[in-house]
Amino acid sequence: MGLAVLALLFVLSLAFGTRAVSVSEVFAALGGDVSGIAEAAVAARVPRTVLALLVGSALALSGTTMQAVTRNPLADPGILGVSSGAAVAVVTGIAFFGMSDPYWYIWVAIGGAAVAAAFVYTVGSLGRDGATPLKLALAGAAISATFMSLISAILLPRVDVLTTFRFWQIGGVGGATWDRIGLIIPFLIVGAGICFLSAGGMNMLSLGDDLAAGLGENVLRTRLIAAAGAVLLCGAAVAIAGPIGFVGLVVPHLCRLLVGTDLRWLLPFSAITGAALLVAADVVGRVIARPQEIEVGIITAFIGAPFFIWIVRRQKVREL
Amino acid sequence: MSTTTSTSTAPANAALTATLLAGRRIRARRRTALTTGLVAAVVIVFVVSLMVGNTFYGLDKIARVILGETVPGASFTVGELRLPRASLGLLTGLCFGIAGVTFQTMLRNPLASPDIIGISSGASAAAVIGLVVFSLSETAVSFLALGAALVTAGAIYLLANRRGFAGTRLILIGIGVAAMLDSTVSYVLSRAASWDLQMAMQWLTGSLNGATWASVTPVLIACVVLIPMLLLHDRQLAVLRLGDDSASALGVHVQRTRIVLIVGAVALLAFATAASGPVAFVAFMAGPIAARIVGPGASLVLPAGLIGALLVMVADLVGQFAFENRYPVGVITGVLGAPYLVYLLIRSNRSGGSI
Repeated sequence: MGLAVLALLFVLSLAFGTRAVSVSEVFAALGGDVSGIAEAAVAARVPRTVLALLVGSALALSGTTMQAVTRNPLADPGILGVSSGAAVAVVTGIAFFGMSDPYWYIWVAIGGAAVAAAFVYTVGSLGRDGATPLKLALAGAAISATFMSLISAILLPRVDVLTTFRFWQIGGVGGATWDRIGLIIPFLIVGAGICFLSAGGMNMLSLGDDLAAGLGENVLRTRLIAAAGAVLLCGAAVAIAGPIGFVGLVVPHLCRLLVGTDLRWLLPFSAITGAALLVAADVVGRVIARPQEIEVGIITAFIGAPFFIWIVRRQKVREL
Repeated sequence: MSTTTSTSTAPANAALTATLLAGRRIRARRRTALTTGLVAAVVIVFVVSLMVGNTFYGLDKIARVILGETVPGASFTVGELRLPRASLGLLTGLCFGIAGVTFQTMLRNPLASPDIIGISSGASAAAVIGLVVFSLSETAVSFLALGAALVTAGAIYLLANRRGFAGTRLILIGIGVAAMLDSTVSYVLSRAASWDLQMAMQWLTGSLNGATWASVTPVLIACVVLIPMLLLHDRQLAVLRLGDDSASALGVHVQRTRIVLIVGAVALLAFATAASGPVAFVAFMAGPIAARIVGPGASLVLPAGLIGALLVMVADLVGQFAFENRYPVGVITGVLGAPYLVYLLIRSNRSGGSI
C-alpha cells in the first residue's frame, strides 16, 4: 500500500507545478514523447521528483537509525546538529578552497556530518545518566548555533558565496539534474545497505545495553557501524539538497505507530514513507506559492516542528 | 553554606555562628570588591572605545565632548558616532547578560539561554520580516520584535505548562519552536533582494554599525525600568532554584514570580535584539562566567549584566580593528563563544549540575 501511495504521489508531483499538466500528458511524457510544452515540463520535473524520493528515504532511514542507535525519541540529523556540521564543512570548502565540484561537496559534507555526529554524541553522553534526550538535544542545538555563527563569520565578507549559499542552506530539490543524482546514488546504496544489515543488531540494542551484551551482541561495534550508515546517508542527502530538517524525526514515529518497533520492518517502511513525505512536501511547496516555489526544507520544518513539540508534550517529564 | 551537625552546647553554637558570620563577611567584601572591579573594567573599556578609531582623541577632548562643549572634529566623531555606538554596546550587553542569567537560573540549566530556546529567534523572525518585507522604520521594528519575542515566550511557556511546569519540557519545546522560526527567517532571506540581504545578514549576526541616539533611547528606557524590577526579584529567583515545591514552602508565589521574571527578561532581550540584532552567545556566556568569578551563593544578576556589557564592547573593538575586514560584533562573540560552549557542555554534563 505504501508503494501505491508513493506511485500516486510520483504522478502528482509530475503533474503539479507552475504549469498544470493533465494526467494523460504525464503518461505521454513518461512514454518518451517530449513534443509539447506540457510534456517538456513533465520531463523537467522527473529528475526533481526522483531526487526528492531519494533524499526523503535517505533522511528517513538516517533518522530511524539514529533513533535506534541513541535509543532516543528526539534524534534527527537536524536536531542533533549533524546537518549543520555538513553545512559548515561545505561552506568552508567553497570559501577557502575554491571547491566547485559537486563530487567533493559530498565527501566534505559526509566528513563534516561524521565529525559533528561523533562530537554531539560524545558530549551528550558524558555524565552519570548517559545520553538522555535532553542532553543530546541541547548539545545538538548548541553545536548548531556554533556552526551557524561560524558560517556567518565565513560568509559575511564574501557576498558572492553568500548568494550561492543561501539557496543551498534552506534545503531544496529544485536544482536536480541526472548528473548530480548519479553522484550520490553509490553513497546512498552503501549507507542504506549498512542500515538494513544492522537492523537485527539494532533490535538487540533496543533491549538495553546490558541485555544486548548478554545475548552476545557486540554493542559498541553495532552502534558504530549503524551510526556510520546513518551519517553516510545524511551527509550525502545534505550535500545535494541542503539541510532538510525533521523528515528523520517525523517518519520513524509515524511508522512505529503503523508497523511496530521491529526495525527489520520499520526501516524499509520508513524509507518509503520518507520518500512519500518529501515528494508531498515538494508538491505542496510548488502549489501554494504558485508561480513561485517554497523550498521543501521550509515545508518540512513547518510540518515537523509541531510534531516535535507534540512528542515532547506527550512524554512524561521523567522520561525526558 | 556549610551546615554542620554540631548542635550540642551553647558555646559551640556561638563559636559556629561567629565563624559563619565571619565567612559571610569575607564573601560579602569579596563580592563588593569584584563588582566594583567589574564596573571599573566596564568604564575603562567604554572610555577606550571612545578614544580609538580612525583618529585618536585624548581623554581631555572626550571629557569636554561629554560635558557638552564643542570641540572641532571630536564633537561629531565622538559625540555622534562613537558615543552612541559605545552606549549601545554597553546597554545591549547589560540586557543580554541579565536576561540570559535570569533564564539560566530559573530553568536550572546553563544551556537554557534565550538564544537556544527560541526567544531570540522570535525577535529575529519578526525583525527580518519587518525589515525585508515591509521596509519598516527602526522604531517600528523594535516594537515588532518586542511583540514577537513576548508572543514566542508566551507560546513556549503555555505549551510547556502541561500537568505542571517542567524546565526540561520548556527547553525542548523552545528548540522545536526555534527550528520553525529559523526556517521562516531563511525563507524570507531567500526571497530578499540582494541589497536587503547583506543588511539583513548583518542584522541577524548582531551588529552595532549605524548606532544612533534614536536606537539607543528605547534600550536605555528598557534598562531603567526593567533591570531594577529584575534585581528586586533576585531573592525569589534564588529560591526558585530549589525547585517549585521548596520555593512555595518558603513563601514564594511561584507562578507569579516566574511570569514576572520571564516578562522582564524577555522584554530586555527584545529591546536589545531590536537595536543591535541577536548578538550571538552573549546571553549564553555571561551567566556562567559570572558564576565562575563571583562564586557560589551570591546573586549573579548584576555581575552577569556587567560581564555581558564587557563582552559586547570588547568584541566590538576587536571586530572593528583587529582584522583586515570589519566584522560585526556578533561574529566575534559567536566565534569566541564556540570553544567556551564546548567546554561548558562538557563540564556541565560531567557534573550534571546547574550553573
